[in-house]
Amino acid sequence: MHRIRCPFCGARDETEFAYRGDATKRRPPDDADEDAFFDYVYRRANPKDWHVEWWHHTGGCRRLVKVVRHTVTHEVHWTGWPDQPPSLPDGAP
Amino acid sequence: MSRYGALRVLREGLTGNRGWQPVWREPQPKESYEVVIVGGGGHGLATAFYLAAEHGITDVAVLEKGALGQGNVGRNTTIIRSNYLLPANTAFYERSLKLWESLERTLDFNTMVSQRGVLNLYHSDAQRDAFARRGNAMRLAGIDAELLNRDEVRELVPLLDFKDARFPIEGGLLQRRGGTARHDAVAWGFARAADQRGVDLIQDCEVTGFDIDGDRVRAVRTTRGPIRARKVGIAVAGHTSQVAQLAGLDLPIESHVLQAFVTEAVKPLLHHVVTFGAAHFYISQSDKGGLVFGGDLDGWNSFAQRGNLPTMERVMSSAVAMLPCLGRLRVVRQWGGVMDMSFDGSPFICRTPIEGLYLNGGWCYGGFKATPGSGWCFAHTIAKDEPHPDNAAYTIERFREGRLIDESGHGPFPWAH
Ligand SMILES: Cc1cc2nc3c(=O)[nH]c(=O)nc-3n(C[C@H](O)[C@H](O)[C@H](O)COP(=O)(O)OP(=O)(O)OC[C@H]3O[C@@H](n4cnc5c(N)ncnc54)[C@H](O)[C@@H]3O)c2cc1C
Ligand SMILES: [Zn+2]
Repeated sequence: MHRIRCPFCGARDETEFAYRGDATKRRPPDDADEDAFFDYVYRRANPKDWHVEWWHHTGGCRRLVKVVRHTVTHEVHWTGWPDQPPSLPDGAP
Repeated sequence: MSRYGALRVLREGLTGNRGWQPVWREPQPKESYEVVIVGGGGHGLATAFYLAAEHGITDVAVLEKGALGQGNVGRNTTIIRSNYLLPANTAFYERSLKLWESLERTLDFNTMVSQRGVLNLYHSDAQRDAFARRGNAMRLAGIDAELLNRDEVRELVPLLDFKDARFPIEGGLLQRRGGTARHDAVAWGFARAADQRGVDLIQDCEVTGFDIDGDRVRAVRTTRGPIRARKVGIAVAGHTSQVAQLAGLDLPIESHVLQAFVTEAVKPLLHHVVTFGAAHFYISQSDKGGLVFGGDLDGWNSFAQRGNLPTMERVMSSAVAMLPCLGRLRVVRQWGGVMDMSFDGSPFICRTPIEGLYLNGGWCYGGFKATPGSGWCFAHTIAKDEPHPDNAAYTIERFREGRLIDESGHGPFPWAH
């Protein structure tokens, strides 16, 4: 069970959240080319390492939370607001 | 090597079982091969077998970073079926099911293929209509499918909860030719049959890089030294992203963990594979008597081969909702495997932008049933340098071209497929 600290509500169980995937992707401008949209929607680094990702606090404040979590140990290192730059542990790629 | 048979078993039994030999060699890797397959799971081993058996290509090595068959091929819930809706999937999975039907003769190995029937329950009129549509699509493709009403389901599986007011069982879609197979035996059978035809199975040999010259692959780098190859096929399941990245490809794949559960053994009580229609849950009973079941992915990117409690709780509640009699059984084993979840829930069996490099992956949690078909189609793609019609739709480019094969209609969210 992950414990995820929502910046608004505090530390909560993972069951209150809905996972929303990779948070490093930015939606390209509407007039961007196919490549840019392919990259945004489909291309993923899928790291076996620290992963910056969205968790939607559906069972709480309903805000999106940005989370830095390890995909092997499942350790949650950092959580923050969507517009905050994520803080990665020392030595993370 | 002698073939297996009743007389052999009898003779060995009477002489203390001292005559059995290891069923495959442990060769040293050669400097070069015509074809190198990365990954010694079900798909890699099947590919090597069909390269030798169907295309006469025997200068083949399978490189496995650990021991053969310890990945997902040995971790799944062993369900085989071809009950799909979309044409690309019906053709491919039906080819695979046909290969399952004669696999024991093909491999001279008891893979315990059991066509006990796969029954998908429906609980509402809308779900019945969707199942009727899928069943009709299957029948149009020449695949067996029967839509059952509530009484017909009750006759087949009387222990289901027919009194559940929240999710009443209204009927089911039955594919009688679906069923289960012994997962470990599938890996061992393909391994032995490939070895017999001259394929080198090389364990403890992790691929750590590719030598790419211009846009052509020349060699793989491994923990046991470089190995040259004219053609290289990737079949590494949960680590597809990592291995493809060694060749500079970022694929539409995320890795997720899926769990499986087994109860203590009891006398036969469930004779089919049954899936719940009100939640994601599937169950069958193994020949040893344990109930084998699973449900949803844990739902977030993970490379840990273990599961988490919230999903366990969800799976257990589905289990007792569908089959209340399970409530008294103890779960004795639980484990997880890493799935290469693609963005439309369908796989890749294709060429890549790099000449001589081929991709087999994106199997999500449905790749066990695909094992023979996937090996057969991947071998064809590698040998002929072009896909067979049955895997022609499973390309990487389909995402850019908008030709998704989204069987469940969940959209570009790998954890939802
Ligand atoms: C719990 C669970 C239940 C499932 N249930 C079903 C089911 O009921 N029906 C169904 O059809 N499917 C099911 N699946 C899915 C199915 O098991 C997989 O899709 C399928 O086994 C994947 O193909 P594989 O057998 O080749 O994978 P694997 O056996 O995982 O083989 C891949 C191999 O590649 C090796 N490898 C990785 N990286 C490297 C490297 N760099 N160098 C060398 N080797 C490498 C790995 O060690 C591994 O042995 C289930 C999976 C799980 C985990
Ligand atoms: Zn919150």
